[in-house]
Amino acid sequence: MSMVIREVAPHGEEAVDMTIDDGRIARIDPAGSAPAGEREIDASGLIVLPGLVDLHTHLREPGREDAETIESGTAAAALGGFTAVHAMANTQPVADTAGVVEQVWRRGQEAGYCDVHPVGAVTVGLAGERLAELGAMADSAARVRVFSDDGICVSDAVLMRRALEYVKAFDGVIAQHAQEPRLTEGAQMNEGELSGVLGLRGWPPVAEEAIIARDVLLAEHVGSRVHICHLSTRGSVDIIRWAKQRGIDVTAEVTPHHLILTEELATTYDPRYKVNPPLRTADDVAAVREGLADGTIDIVATDHAPHAHEDKDCEWGAGAFGMLGLQTALSVVIETMVETGRLSWREVADRMSTAPAIIGRVESQGRPLEVGEPANLVLVDPRARWHVNADALASRSRNTPFEGREMSGRVVATFLRGRPTVLEGRLA
Amino acid sequence: MIRHLLSAGDLDRDEAIAILDTAGELARATGRSVKKLPTLRGRTVVNLFYEDSTRTRISFEAAAKRLSADVITFSAKGSSVSKGESLKDTALTLEAMGADAVVVRHSASGAAHRLAMSGWTDCVVVNAGDGTHEHPTQALLDAYTLRHHLSDGAGDLQGRRVVIVGDILHSRVARSNVLLLETLGAEVTVVGPPTLLPVGVEGWPCSVSYDLDNALTGADAVMMLRVQNERMNAAYFPSAREYSRRYGLDRHRAELLAPDGIVLHPGPMNRGMEITAEVADGPRSVVVEQVTNGVHVRMAVLYRLMGALPELESEAGS
Repeated sequence: MSMVIREVAPHGEEAVDMTIDDGRIARIDPAGSAPAGEREIDASGLIVLPGLVDLHTHLREPGREDAETIESGTAAAALGGFTAVHAMANTQPVADTAGVVEQVWRRGQEAGYCDVHPVGAVTVGLAGERLAELGAMADSAARVRVFSDDGICVSDAVLMRRALEYVKAFDGVIAQHAQEPRLTEGAQMNEGELSGVLGLRGWPPVAEEAIIARDVLLAEHVGSRVHICHLSTRGSVDIIRWAKQRGIDVTAEVTPHHLILTEELATTYDPRYKVNPPLRTADDVAAVREGLADGTIDIVATDHAPHAHEDKDCEWGAGAFGMLGLQTALSVVIETMVETGRLSWREVADRMSTAPAIIGRVESQGRPLEVGEPANLVLVDPRARWHVNADALASRSRNTPFEGREMSGRVVATFLRGRPTVLEGRLA
Repeated sequence: MIRHLLSAGDLDRDEAIAILDTAGELARATGRSVKKLPTLRGRTVVNLFYEDSTRTRISFEAAAKRLSADVITFSAKGSSVSKGESLKDTALTLEAMGADAVVVRHSASGAAHRLAMSGWTDCVVVNAGDGTHEHPTQALLDAYTLRHHLSDGAGDLQGRRVVIVGDILHSRVARSNVLLLETLGAEVTVVGPPTLLPVGVEGWPCSVSYDLDNALTGADAVMMLRVQNERMNAAYFPSAREYSRRYGLDRHRAELLAPDGIVLHPGPMNRGMEITAEVADGPRSVVVEQVTNGVHVRMAVLYRLMGALPELESEAGS
């Protein structure tokens, strides 16, 4: 079935008519001039971008289906404009075998809201002791290319070195959760003046930066590529900038929440604001925005981390780390990066679609908006405003840090290989 | 008038002085002959102690009983309370049972804040120590004791020099005292090994020193903090002996204080560690007085937080 998206602005530039047929972009005509399709969408005032790709999502299935399922998580993803997500390995059982990653991959296909690319665990059971069968996961139907013990740092330097080396055989990448474990035992929030005042155990920036510094040097030494998950401090941005200037094959991500929220939220002692790495200072927020703008930080990744209500409706110390992110990510990027003039829409497409697809080696995603390309697309109304209501989000969990907040820009429609997953802001 | 007492920082100068003055009046009113006042008759105070603390629990119990409140003590120590949901469920239970005030001691920083602000309960919440955050009634009883000795039991502590020594990093007593003493005009210096001073302490409203002798010289009071054994195991300092030598209070050091300078300790003391027995039992020590004052100060806190409710006033008027 052919569909004409009329008067839509690719990357926010000159409006065109975009015709989708057979899962691909079939034609691009001057606005108002495309032949009628079987279906027509009036997209005047809307921007079209390649479907967003998240390199860092927790879907919780298998194991914690009370918090999220592949179905609910991918629905949230589609509503957030994503056409592919990478599902982190810290499920129960851990995604450390070909069997588990194939199950996750297949369940994603069944849900159908977006592609699910499982991330494989680096070590068996995330225990940090011996390598999981990375090759088997790479060769499985899930074609795993990203490996991570996310939530736990691969802190053993030898193990990290071996992992970096080993995945070269199938063009994989290790995505490191940079957190020196001894420096962060019992850590609850960013370490600084505020943690001292609040009496919450500090998570010092150096615990992140020391691991990043070590790992970029390891990657250089063994000639591998390394990806840094959710970096959060100015020092981390500086180290990545230095490493890239040196020619090291490193990529890095920042989360939407680290682009907009600061540690002051811990003064509420409300675990909704408890996340790992923790919210940092306004200066760190400024640094990650600069880093994302100048390309030091390659991508935005949500670290969407659903948690059951009882794991957040408690005192800070007992609360779980993590926040929802899929349905608010694009709005946060619009507010912090586009409306402030730091990124063009073309650059947003790069940071949220093209670059993550390249890092994850997902060939069919993050493609140019050209004739013949797969129709993985998102339509965005950049002027729309909406208010976050946790109860209305598609996730099974409600732990958004943005409850009640006015958000900038709204996803109107999402297309996965030409098929709408979201239309008029609702699941299609 | 504040609704809860969660942090010593909640108190402005007038409010703090009003509590200290009330404590003074209550101390006089409950002298040898009359131990009990009818003020909170028919009202219920729940002591919710998730952490062992015999002295604070008993002090609050005594305070509430002397005001004729009904007191229920809930000690979760040893039970299966390890997750936060228990705090919420307990709060809902207390609310359903009609408690008017909750005195809470909890190992999680911010637990009292969470109890007060979460919407789980409408009770008045008094923080009796939350993790490594605050212990505001301890600061009030310390201020009361200091005021008694240094300012004739009236007004504030303007210009008085107070030194707080020890494990500042993990001490809720230190945090609350720094805030309250600064509100009352005192000049506070915190002293400890650099490993036991929090990152960012230079931003606190006090001076910071690693040199105890220097800080003590001419000071009006010194407050010694308990050093937990586990700090030593975590390598915050090399040995108990080295700690004592550098940061312990012995007679020689106590003599560096101003002539009438006093020695405080929130208890329980590690005699021979942060304080020698000689000083603990010596003429400058006001440790036992602190305990007595604790009851009066906690009476004052309950009186002011609970007594100001309109229903009580109308009752008193009828």
